[in-house]
Amino acid sequence: MSEVTMTVNGRKVSGSCEDRTLLAHFLRENLGLTGTHVGCDTSQCGACVVHVDGKAVKSCTMLAVQANGTDVMTIEGLAGDDLHPVQAAFREHHGLQCGFCTPGMIMAATDMINRHGPGNLDEKTVRGELEGNICRCTGYHNIVKAILAASEAMAKGAGAKAA
Amino acid sequence: MYNVTYHRASSVEDAAKLAAGAAEAKFVLGGQTLIPAMKQRLAAPSDLIDLRHIAAMKGVTDSGGGIIIGAATTHAEVASNADLQAACPALCHLAAHIGDPHVRHMGTIGGSIANNDPAADYPAAMLALNARIVTNKREIAAADFFTGLFETALDEGEIVTAVKFTAPAKAGYAKFANPASRYAMAGVFVARSGGSVRVAVTGAGDNGVFRAENLEAALAGNFSPSALDGQTIDPANLMSDIHASAQYRAALVIAMAKRAVAAAG
Ligand SMILES: Cc1cc2nc3c(=O)[nH]c(=O)nc-3n(C[C@H](O)[C@H](O)[C@H](O)COP(=O)(O)OP(=O)(O)OC[C@H]3O[C@@H](n4cnc5c(N)ncnc54)[C@H](O)[C@@H]3O)c2cc1C
Ligand code: FES
Ligand code: FES
Repeated sequence: MSEVTMTVNGRKVSGSCEDRTLLAHFLRENLGLTGTHVGCDTSQCGACVVHVDGKAVKSCTMLAVQANGTDVMTIEGLAGDDLHPVQAAFREHHGLQCGFCTPGMIMAATDMINRHGPGNLDEKTVRGELEGNICRCTGYHNIVKAILAASEAMAKGAGAKAA
Repeated sequence: MYNVTYHRASSVEDAAKLAAGAAEAKFVLGGQTLIPAMKQRLAAPSDLIDLRHIAAMKGVTDSGGGIIIGAATTHAEVASNADLQAACPALCHLAAHIGDPHVRHMGTIGGSIANNDPAADYPAAMLALNARIVTNKREIAAADFFTGLFETALDEGEIVTAVKFTAPAKAGYAKFANPASRYAMAGVFVARSGGSVRVAVTGAGDNGVFRAENLEAALAGNFSPSALDGQTIDPANLMSDIHASAQYRAALVIAMAKRAVAAAG
């Protein structure tokens, strides 16, 4: 067992967990943040993507103890009073059907927009960048549309700031 | 995953000491290979020694000709490093096409070469660049380091701390990625320095990464894709699996070698 302390969505949290506990499970089970999903056993689907120290990572492929001392952002931390522009764009462009992949898609999308800079994405880049996020429902088309729209909206400074 | 005891090493010496004191220790850098293997119970170390926070193992230094990349440098950092972009953009291109963005934020060059997956990208670059693998005990030439499928020359408890190479005059990398995993079904790194050309192939050999000497000879005289017209790779020593037969991989190697030469310019 280890004592783990991290900042999650701006709040300092600690808890004790087995060293083998995955960050995804620590978030879901110890902290009750069930927005982060686990969709596979092979580190391939991206349903579990969160930001650790500002970078998108697969929380199913990192131990909670590895994340000790870090700053973690999950899907629950994204919205302020209004939805984050990426969330709003997914709703507007019908970027989800069952919604299982959506938290990971949105965390991947915000990371992508942060890295490239708002307004600097094109369809080819978005599709390439979604390599690590699998969706069984949508066929990706509306996800790509939503991310491009959010990137443009954020470039125009519509509403919220970047995550 | 079986239970495990985690240790965060503060220095290379500390890590070596922690490993020596454990029943069955494994080092972890990005964890992008090891954690999935532990989840599947294919790996079950008693102790995990985390090397990711050792400052001396991070970053890129270019000391005029000699480039050193710390083992804990992530794929994303290699892909975007300005010194490497100038000295060997082919390596940045390679790193930028490993897995996906999330894997690249965690996975490291040291973890990749220590693992020596026969379909991993970095081993081809290390062999073609004639790199030296630096450990806490010695330096090993890439040609002696990669010894087989998931096998390296590392001793028990030996730690890869960095890789070193001289910037080539020209280099290029092209891979035909497995459509599901993005690992190489055939990946070819070509590097030209002075009159000599080195060509290393990953993803295809049945004993891991190898040099294609006939392609090197053909390119030494004429460094252009057309120099490879009519060249072949013997399928006898290539992998055959559900993704591709040995014959298909042999054809892919030539096609990727041509693309790598074209990319090298
Ligand atoms: C979805 C997915 C897609 C991927 N696609 C690709 C791809 O296209 N191409 C590719 O090349 N790779 C791919 N990978 C693998 C990825 O590049 C890994 O990051 C890499 O293979 C291992 O690096 P790591 O830092 O994560 O090492 P870890 O997983 O931490 O360690 C790997 C092994 O090396 C040992 N080790 C680690 N560091 C050291 C050290 N300093 N000294 C001695 N031993 C050490 C560990 O004990 C372990 O056995 C993919 C992985 C995933 C999950
Ligand atoms: S649950 Fe993490 S990649 Fe699938
Ligand atoms: S919306 Fe169902 S998996 Fe993506």
